[in-house]
Amino acid sequence: MSTQSHRTATGGLVDRTKPINFTFDSQSYQGFQGDSLASALLANGVRLFGRSFKYHRPRGLVSAGSEEPNALMQVGIGAYTEPNLRAPQVELYDGLVAESQNRWPSLSFDVGEINNKMSRLFPAGFYYKTFMWPAKMWMTYEHVIRNAAGLGRSPMEDDPDTYEHHHAHTDVLVVGGGAAGLSAALAAGRSGARVMLVTESPEWGGRLKDGATIDGEPGLQWVQAAIAELSGMDNVTLKVRTMVGCYYDHNMLVMLEKSGDHLTKRDHYTPRQRLWQVRAKRVVIAAGAIERPLVFGNNDKPGVMLMSAVRTYAKRFGAKAGSNAIVFANNDTAYQSALDLKDDGIAIQAIVDPRADGGALTQAAIEAGIEVLTGHVIINAKGGKTVTGAEIMALNADASGVTGEIRIIKGDLICVSGGWTPSVHLHSQAKGKTIFDDALTTFVPGATMQAHVSVGACNGTFVLSAALAEGAKAGAEAASKAGHSGKAGSVPSAEDGPSVTPFPVWDVPLPPHVHLKRFVDLQNDVTADDVALAHRENYLSVEHLKRYTTLGMGTDQGRTSNINGLAIMAQLRGVAIPDVGHTTFRPPFQAISLGAITGPSVGDHFEPIRRTGLHDWHVKNGGKFTTAGLWHRADYYPQAGENKLTASLREAKAVRASVGICDVSSLGKIDVQGPDAAEFINRLYVNGFAKLPVGKARYGVMLREDGHVMDDGTVTRLAENRYVVTTTTANAGPVMTHMEYHSQVVWPELDVHVVSVTEEWSAIAIAGPNSRKLLQKVVTDLDISNEGFAFMAYASCTIAGVIGRMFRISFSGELAFEVAIPADKAVSVWEALMIAGQEYNCIPYGAEALGIMRIEKGHVVGGELNGRTTATDLGFEKMISSKKEFIGRFMLGREGLVAADRMQLVGLKPIDGTSEVPRGAQLVANPQALCPVDMEGEVTSNCISPHVGPIGLGILRQGRDRHGEKIFAHSPVTNQTVEVEICHPHFIDPEGDRVRA
Amino acid sequence: MLLIPCPWCGDRPHNEFSYTGDATIKRPVDANAPAEDWNAYVFLRDDPKGPHDELWHHVNGCRRFLKVRRDTYTHEILGSAKPHEDITSNEGGAA
Repeated sequence: MSTQSHRTATGGLVDRTKPINFTFDSQSYQGFQGDSLASALLANGVRLFGRSFKYHRPRGLVSAGSEEPNALMQVGIGAYTEPNLRAPQVELYDGLVAESQNRWPSLSFDVGEINNKMSRLFPAGFYYKTFMWPAKMWMTYEHVIRNAAGLGRSPMEDDPDTYEHHHAHTDVLVVGGGAAGLSAALAAGRSGARVMLVTESPEWGGRLKDGATIDGEPGLQWVQAAIAELSGMDNVTLKVRTMVGCYYDHNMLVMLEKSGDHLTKRDHYTPRQRLWQVRAKRVVIAAGAIERPLVFGNNDKPGVMLMSAVRTYAKRFGAKAGSNAIVFANNDTAYQSALDLKDDGIAIQAIVDPRADGGALTQAAIEAGIEVLTGHVIINAKGGKTVTGAEIMALNADASGVTGEIRIIKGDLICVSGGWTPSVHLHSQAKGKTIFDDALTTFVPGATMQAHVSVGACNGTFVLSAALAEGAKAGAEAASKAGHSGKAGSVPSAEDGPSVTPFPVWDVPLPPHVHLKRFVDLQNDVTADDVALAHRENYLSVEHLKRYTTLGMGTDQGRTSNINGLAIMAQLRGVAIPDVGHTTFRPPFQAISLGAITGPSVGDHFEPIRRTGLHDWHVKNGGKFTTAGLWHRADYYPQAGENKLTASLREAKAVRASVGICDVSSLGKIDVQGPDAAEFINRLYVNGFAKLPVGKARYGVMLREDGHVMDDGTVTRLAENRYVVTTTTANAGPVMTHMEYHSQVVWPELDVHVVSVTEEWSAIAIAGPNSRKLLQKVVTDLDISNEGFAFMAYASCTIAGVIGRMFRISFSGELAFEVAIPADKAVSVWEALMIAGQEYNCIPYGAEALGIMRIEKGHVVGGELNGRTTATDLGFEKMISSKKEFIGRFMLGREGLVAADRMQLVGLKPIDGTSEVPRGAQLVANPQALCPVDMEGEVTSNCISPHVGPIGLGILRQGRDRHGEKIFAHSPVTNQTVEVEICHPHFIDPEGDRVRA
Repeated sequence: MLLIPCPWCGDRPHNEFSYTGDATIKRPVDANAPAEDWNAYVFLRDDPKGPHDELWHHVNGCRRFLKVRRDTYTHEILGSAKPHEDITSNEGGAA
């Protein structure tokens, strides 16, 4: 086990009495409670954290937050492993297993580093240039490239963790737990508003944790007091480890709470993560700012770090990023940190400042014994797998080049600061405008479109006292606008820190004939030269720059690189930075796992299951199910040795031979009532319903307004002003909406009401030549003889002791009845039917046998009712009433819908009598023809009929006139070609004698 | 996610609704109206920027249709009404 060689002597917020063991690349290490994976590795002297994406260059830690471009880790093992986690954001827990990524065979010896030597072959856009030809090789190239330029790997196992979804409403949501956020939450909370305060870190305080003074005391004391006060308020909710990722319309925000990621072992009731959807009346964004790196030669070497990160690791974690630091900064904040770091055992070798006269703290640094080189820049970071020193030159007068001799200063750490970039992400997601701040040389929030305000550093307010005041004011105002106007309390005073105003040196100039890689985007290996190349090749707009060079397209979304990149482009174009603009900020701010998005909707909970009232009977009796939308329908009931095909063939045969019963409950049922119900129905269907008498059913076809068939089904007049309408299973929802739309919006003058009763009624079809005999045994109060109860009759009656509805309708083409009974009584009626049917060898039949019989009869369903067929195409032309108006009537006559070469419903039989008609096949004259082939039609349904062999239905150009012709059913998908004969779509009993028997 | 003021149910999130299109189009009353009128009713839709009256269906709620005046650029909701009433309210929506 390594020792923690790089711990400061004292200090930091880690608990030095609680050691924590973990491994990195199989090596054991020890850190402390409160460490991040990054700080613990730093404390152990680890410098090399990963390899870069494209060139496989050795990379170390850059930052201490979500902006980290380099230190991406694979954390956890087996099913729990997660790739691409940023080491600064991974809380250390006992037994943590971390691995570096994108290296082979090992981090220190990586074969892929050859890419660095061959980097001239991989300029920006090399993808598009190098691997264009031949096109068919692209799949091979892509495979190799994806392997070489990789991130982590996802687990192959199912996710064993649980996730929760939460919804919340609040008056004021405060995003960010730093000085400004706490100040806002205090003011809003004291005013009496419901407040939600969240921070993505495990603790409160933001950068106050790195040292500050408020009201003359250490900043953290004020933080503790603030949290204590807020915790005592019933109207305030505090959430740590919670990242606000998305700002959507109407102040709906999505946040990810990492409730369990920091635990060694989560108990069963602790979800790994919670996804929150919060509707906030007002939002106060206090998201802070991110320090910018500087762009100079080899600025990606391990040991080149953001100044603020070095400070954070020292002050917050007691971890030293190095021992001898060279500071390279264009603003005063880095001076302050340099002065403060002396106490932590990090010696400052020099401060290199491009400003000719330095800044406000230059004198203080010199007095503290630090060498300050004003008007100088670092042109090159020396070293291999870690920094060993810096090459420094003087800037010329207009900062356009470097002059004089190169001076080398040795050191193991280069701390850089190029200014600060406010985190305007949420503001921009909420469609807020940004404006360019010339002093800060970056974008700050402008006008807002939703109910939010940015405060503190994310608003460009870096002075602590001003940030506290701005937060307090925003908190009080937000509470007041949400209807709470209690006393907001006082605002603490604070010492004003150093100025953040930078002197921009976007890319450090190099001496003539010196070529060094100056990285802009560390994660995607985009250099200043790549930006220049994009400029040369005319990719001038910021959106083109991004896509051509991949600048800002890594998992860090260019947090540290975007401003530098677009500023370099602005320089090259000779325009101001705001004229280049920035790319769009899109949610989420940071990755949200798919597990959290899915939440509990996995496995059986993925979607609801609709079961009929008879579901349990089907299960108990060996039924196999198929899905129809959300419905689970009994498909077939296999007997010993049977498969789906043989079972359904037996069932279909048995029905036509004697009798069978089928659960048809999933068909849609809509109750239509009211004085104008008759008129309403009449307008919905193409055929006439005005004269349908009470106690009769009629088959009907309805169109969409554009003239195509929408659905078919039966309409039964239960009473003078009451109908029940059936729909296909798939169209139950759309037909219901269609009726609601027309009754509520188009014809509000019609006094009619529609309600779905699909689930209230179970429906059982009793079909076959013996169906009447069977039913007569269980129906005692209704004459169901052919004379007493003709085809398409309806009556209410008692079936096996249950009051229900009796319809004489048939989908199978046999003599058949359909009974509807209240869903909770379905099983008793079904069982009574099975018992009564024993003497006729009654069998239950499923959806598959039903499907076979309807194809035998040429009845149309989804494949034929595909939204592109007309009533005439399907052979319903005689049903279309010419005496009334109905939906779709006008459009029905459109030229294209009455054209002579429409595709029409046909039957299909294989010429050889044995080959199956391939499912979904195209109907073509010549299957050997070269593409494009004239597609004359398609197979819409197919089956093997136990009565007539393999058959199919199709729609075919002018099909009705082509009965007897031959054509090929060709399926390139299954590589089947079968020659078929075009025939009438009714294969069984075309005259319809059986249903009327 | 929009917050839609249903005239029957109050403010509800928009995943309870489905969008049904332009609320200003009217089905020709005369079934033998010119083809242009039917074409306009069935197929032609404007795509305005700014306030627009839309028809929404509270499909996972009360199953009533409603008119919603929404700014198609800002997504601000300026009011709502039952299908045959005029939108008068200027309240509601965000900001």
